[in-house]
Amino acid sequence: MVTFPGSLDDGDAMRAIRLAGAEAVPLWHAEAKLHQVDAVVLPGGFSYGDYLRCGAIARFAPVMGLIVSAARDGMPVLGICNGFQILCEAHLLPGALVRNEHLHFRNRDQLLRVDSPDTAWTNAYTDGQEILLPVKNGEGRYVADPRTLDELSASGRIVARYLRGNPNGSLRDIAAIRNEAGTVVGIMPHPEHAVEELTGPSTDGLGFFTSLLKYLTGVPS
Amino acid sequence: MARVVVDVMLKPEILDPAGQAVVNALPRLGVSDVASVRIGKRIEIEFAGDSEPDVERAKEIADKLLANPVIEDFTVRVEE
Repeated sequence: MVTFPGSLDDGDAMRAIRLAGAEAVPLWHAEAKLHQVDAVVLPGGFSYGDYLRCGAIARFAPVMGLIVSAARDGMPVLGICNGFQILCEAHLLPGALVRNEHLHFRNRDQLLRVDSPDTAWTNAYTDGQEILLPVKNGEGRYVADPRTLDELSASGRIVARYLRGNPNGSLRDIAAIRNEAGTVVGIMPHPEHAVEELTGPSTDGLGFFTSLLKYLTGVPS
Repeated sequence: MARVVVDVMLKPEILDPAGQAVVNALPRLGVSDVASVRIGKRIEIEFAGDSEPDVERAKEIADKLLANPVIEDFTVRVEE
């Protein structure tokens, strides 16, 4: 779990990782080593104040260079919200996330449909499963050129789509996408806020973290 | 001292809702003949020392950090 200056959701994500049964290892943005972690979560928030563009400066954090090369070698990486923006800025995922179409910050519980249950982070779900996660963003509108969108769609790389209302104007209702290998996933809504009944609208988000354990331990889902 | 000015604009095909909000506000000023407003960023770079401004390096900075080529175009020029 990487903490940048301005990260907000690292605490919740650490807790979600522990609830799933994994060991959560904090990584500071200025670190020059990954401490032998098996996977990385980039949390939500406003890294480096989101100055210039969301995720633009975080991409150049010392720890990010290591994460980008490890991700290219197959290490699973999940980017949530600001983490998704960072993955796009780092070119680990295509496209970009821009200002919400209606300019409002959107904070609500959002229904999603999982359309790619074959990634390191979503193998606990079934194809087409509907899940409820909190969404909270001001710049969460996914954009890419039509060719990239067609390619994502044709290759099954759209991991989740918004259902019953698109909260930010994302093209083709995209809420989450993946790389070709299915190891790197970026998602705008927050699975780490939906892991306990006491505090979340559901426990649907826990599957992202249990999926990773299944992926890493090789237990068939 | 000469400085390098980088102008960053959203690509024409990318929606600019902030610009649209400005268009929608203009009638309150009595301005009703504006069809479109698009908002960008102007970034001024000054290199240390007395040497000539390095436009090539400014372009590299713009391409890698100041603009995101997926959604933005940029221009680089020297301003005396």
